[in-house]
Amino acid sequence: MKKPVRSLLLYAALVVLYLLHNDLWLWNDARLFFGLPAGLAYHVGFCIATFVVLTLLVVHAWPDHLDRENP
Amino acid sequence: MTLTIIVVYLAIVLVIGLFSHRFFRGTSEDFFVAARTLGPFILLVSLFGANMTAFAVLGSAGESYMEGIGVFALMASSSGLVIPVVFYFIGTRVWALGKRRGYLTPVQYFRERWDSNGLGLLLFIVQVGLLIPYLLIGVMGGGSTLTQVTDGQVPDWVGGLVICAVVLAYVTYGGMRGTIWVNVFQTMVLLALGFITFWVIIDKLGGLTNAMSLLAEKNPDMLVRGEHVKPLKLLTYTCIPLSVGMFPHMFIHWLTAKSASSFKPTIAFYPVCIAIVWVPSVLLGVLAHLDFDGLSAGAANSVLVKMIDLHAPGVLAGLLAAGVFAAIMNSFDSQVHSVGTMFTQDIVRHYGFHDRMSESQQILVGRLFMVAILVATYLLSRVTDRSIFKLGVWCFTGFAALFPVVVAAVFWKRSTKWGAFASTISVVVLWIYFITLGWKSADYTIADSGVMPVAVILIVSTLAMIVGSLLTQPPKAETLEKFFP
Repeated sequence: MKKPVRSLLLYAALVVLYLLHNDLWLWNDARLFFGLPAGLAYHVGFCIATFVVLTLLVVHAWPDHLDRENP
Repeated sequence: MTLTIIVVYLAIVLVIGLFSHRFFRGTSEDFFVAARTLGPFILLVSLFGANMTAFAVLGSAGESYMEGIGVFALMASSSGLVIPVVFYFIGTRVWALGKRRGYLTPVQYFRERWDSNGLGLLLFIVQVGLLIPYLLIGVMGGGSTLTQVTDGQVPDWVGGLVICAVVLAYVTYGGMRGTIWVNVFQTMVLLALGFITFWVIIDKLGGLTNAMSLLAEKNPDMLVRGEHVKPLKLLTYTCIPLSVGMFPHMFIHWLTAKSASSFKPTIAFYPVCIAIVWVPSVLLGVLAHLDFDGLSAGAANSVLVKMIDLHAPGVLAGLLAAGVFAAIMNSFDSQVHSVGTMFTQDIVRHYGFHDRMSESQQILVGRLFMVAILVATYLLSRVTDRSIFKLGVWCFTGFAALFPVVVAAVFWKRSTKWGAFASTISVVVLWIYFITLGWKSADYTIADSGVMPVAVILIVSTLAMIVGSLLTQPPKAETLEKFFP
């Protein structure tokens, strides 16, 4: 897959993350997962998912030209 | 014991800050942006530390006590997504421009980008004006924390004075390098102490699952967002972290990177760091209902201190106080340094010396301004009403609403100085309008709908930038050539 396509896919993943941040479906869910309330456990998972997408972003869609042009 | 630990901690901070001076190269670039030499790890820790205020430690626990676990989604996980994305798209580009053109402040960049002294001056006034309440909050927060953890043994004015004195020593002597060395140490302290505090208290409560089950029986509404947070507030609160794009101290921190690649770990690990600091604070805030029910909003701000006093007094209380000081000084020193840098570069050097100042003159003036800012902040903190704490979220609102200015500067060739003027003035006018409507309430939303004022101001400032630019003459070709070669 070419870099511009990879970049676009990862930018799209960021938009999806932004939408997923609004977890209306867990608004009144008081169940506990691993000791954490559902609404909090979801957002801890959200942080981990964000870490994964951002890692892919810096590995596969990094603006290399910035370092090349400014050694 | 508590006081001894705090004194030892502050002495360590001072030694680290002063020791950093051994590596000082004697240039203004070194004093103001650490000679643009920061590698990946140091950049991650110092940027994260500079953006963590005392609010992340004390305020988040108090807010969670009042509003429940929804505070994490509202203020933490949204920042974990938005802030690194701003670093990726804006921070790296600003670093490249700063390195290529030798910038030391945001105003230098905006002034040249749109070829306008007037715009530079307006942005200087707005950025410094919005930062002043933050400086005051840092000093006043330090004073009240020291009073609380020492059970009133140390008066309020001493804590603020101690913070100012320690920061003055290492910021003026060590410059940006001293600030960064101390930031790295303090951020590590903050992360470690947060974890230890959480571990000890949860253990005393019989483990996380047990404590949460008890809370589910006693205060089930703390485990859900329910009526505490409106869905529109969750959506529009995501605009607030955009403020990092226009915070002068974050902007200047970006310029300290050795290369664009140095940003990679910062961008990837930022959400993990956010979770490490915020999850314990939010959990301890809601679990405090097991021991202290019915606290007022004011008393809730010190709920973490109350939990420690109850479950782990003595050494841990001292360590927690050190952690709070770490959080306060981490952002406070960067802010003092950035305001001193801006006064030196954007006012004295630009207007007084027409950009002709020797290296040593710049460093001397920078130091004098940093001393003056600290003295003025301390004196102001003694006469300012404590209601200034309510200004915190409004400062974020102002900086976030200015975000279209930096986006247009970096990405939009057709943007003009008149667009930037229109955008900035629209922010000032609407900020004043909304603050007069709702400044007495930190929870103010438009017509109580959940919509944060920042969302409306951001839309208007974006439109003002677009319309103002399209209705005026395009920028000169030679100006564009400098920024879009």
